[in-house]
Amino acid sequence: MTRTLHRFSGGLHLDTHKHESRDVPSMLVPLPGQIILPLKQHIGLAARPLVNPGERVLKGQIIAEPEGYVSVPVHATTSGVVRDIGDYHIPHPFGIREPCIVIDADGLDELFPIEAVTDYAALTPQALQEIIRDRGIAGLGGAGFPAHVKLKEGVDNAVDTLIINGVECEPYITCDDRLIREKAMYVVSGARMIRHAVNAKHCVIAVEEDMPEAHDALAGHITAHDDIELVRVPTRYPAGGEKQLIQVLTGKEVPSGGFSINIGIIVHNVATAAAVYRAVTRGEPLISRYVTVTGEVKTPRNLQVLLGTPVSDCLKLCGYEDSNDTRIIVGGPMMGTQVRDCNIPVTKTTNCIIVRRKIPPIQELPCIRCGRCADVCPVNLLPQQLYLYAKADRFDETRQHHLFDCIECGCCSCVCPSHIPLVQYYRYAKFEIALEEQRRQGATRAEQRFLNRKRRLQQRQEVKQKQKAGSTTTATESGDTDADRKAFVRAAVARTRSRKERGTDR
Amino acid sequence: MAILTLILLVVILLLAVVYLDREDHTASDDPLLVDAINRQLPQTQCGECGYDGCRPYAEAIANGCADINRCPPGGDITIQSLSRLTGHTLKPLAGDLTPTSEGVAVIDEDLCIGCLKCIRACPVDAIVGAPKLMHTVIESECTGCKLCLPPCPVDCISMVKPPLNLRDWHWAKPANPLLE
Repeated sequence: MTRTLHRFSGGLHLDTHKHESRDVPSMLVPLPGQIILPLKQHIGLAARPLVNPGERVLKGQIIAEPEGYVSVPVHATTSGVVRDIGDYHIPHPFGIREPCIVIDADGLDELFPIEAVTDYAALTPQALQEIIRDRGIAGLGGAGFPAHVKLKEGVDNAVDTLIINGVECEPYITCDDRLIREKAMYVVSGARMIRHAVNAKHCVIAVEEDMPEAHDALAGHITAHDDIELVRVPTRYPAGGEKQLIQVLTGKEVPSGGFSINIGIIVHNVATAAAVYRAVTRGEPLISRYVTVTGEVKTPRNLQVLLGTPVSDCLKLCGYEDSNDTRIIVGGPMMGTQVRDCNIPVTKTTNCIIVRRKIPPIQELPCIRCGRCADVCPVNLLPQQLYLYAKADRFDETRQHHLFDCIECGCCSCVCPSHIPLVQYYRYAKFEIALEEQRRQGATRAEQRFLNRKRRLQQRQEVKQKQKAGSTTTATESGDTDADRKAFVRAAVARTRSRKERGTDR
Repeated sequence: MAILTLILLVVILLLAVVYLDREDHTASDDPLLVDAINRQLPQTQCGECGYDGCRPYAEAIANGCADINRCPPGGDITIQSLSRLTGHTLKPLAGDLTPTSEGVAVIDEDLCIGCLKCIRACPVDAIVGAPKLMHTVIESECTGCKLCLPPCPVDCISMVKPPLNLRDWHWAKPANPLLE
């Protein structure tokens, strides 16, 4: 309790809008008729399907296995029959389609036999990591980074501090708050397990100052010999960002281009900790999560949603009526994405669904160089400089100004008096740079293939010429001679002949 | 007298400028320059520039025989980087060339007769198949050069733009008519 807190530069005090949904108990969403599970709900490679259309699957059964190291499996979230494996809309600003497994629910919700662990402390950290991977746990804070990878890297790099992040800094979102208040024991036990799985020396659970109930709930489960610190951090956006939270709690800064593990720290979300608890003690895979539904709906509240449930079902449950003057945002108002329609599934990273009134497009005005964006930038960048370079397509300069350290928190866009969509410009520049990189790699590979082909054709030509030049007994690379080949042909002809003779006999 | 001197001076300077400018653009067989230019080209080996592939075109640019605006698949980005590299002024794609539309070759497998002609034409070995058996294009390796289209006797190859997916979608630049 005596940890001295530090501060990160910049940041904003935003209107939190949390009261609408935070004090209403969460509700289970009824089983939908159809479940759509994207194969990629995490950062890394998409999972590979293990089932075929028409096959019956049970709740909790693995239906897609991880492909490669940075990947997690996907589990069926209810029992039913696999209808299709194909491209369906996913939560995305462009409304793109990605491979998904579609399950027609049979309403029985029949469980796949699962295996629980009674004493996790007896397991090695590696065994615990495997359990966490096999239960499909990806970070539930929003980015969806596979949890086991963070743990493995943590062990490999001798992690010092484990931070359990309950700082829900974006406005409107209350799913972590609600989860802590309702399942504080899961969070604390999950934190102990993660700590065991990474061999962390210290463990800190952090919540925001405006979450007193959550703080008390957690405090009730932390025992004296736990050696877990419970910290309340000041409410300021984006205090819940991984790098900002580390700075607040430890005063250390994650190096540019580096990861938190480089300074001996790993951060997991509270919901991830709760999922780890369920995975270990009950063997339950990650098949549901808390989702906040708020904004312009009749009853804003938190829901416990099975993954793959359509967003439209969640909205309907909260009294949303489809209308032309609303827009739907998945994620928070600052960093979330506006989606084109609500027939998309809830995934492992869907923390919030906000319905907002449509606003007329705001005209961007010239930059007046007031410098407010630089004042609020939590990573000490020069937003207006970055903006000018991105606008002029001078991507090398944006790189030199550390474009890739931008966390896209949206503080700069929020305070800009000229309504410049700054983050949009940074995203554009980031994607253009990535695209250029991709183009270059493609060109290198194409050139390599072209040269290989040229060499092969040349070799073939040479061999032909050699054969022509050396008359009867030229040895080729493989060692066979013209005489050998003639003998081979003679034998083949003889075989054919004898076969024909036998055929006529019959 | 003073005016004459001045005119003389101007003429000398002009000549110097013309000479230096010429020097900047003239023949150079520097293999490093050829390599550097070649790296900027998209390596589709499509030959649309009129040369036998990307490297011959790079050599032609280095020798001053070819202009920098003759690569349709590279588009504006390639012209920009070639301009930076060689010091030639920026210009739009040459008038006799048409900009390349994105896409990869797709073989209509029902129509393919297995003649191998497209396989022989593909400069990057992106088509697989055997005689009298169906051929298919490896999508990830196809550079979209279109060299396989003319040899096909049954016209079963078409260029298809793959649907947007998580790998290659990207944010557009914010549009702002008022500031343009």
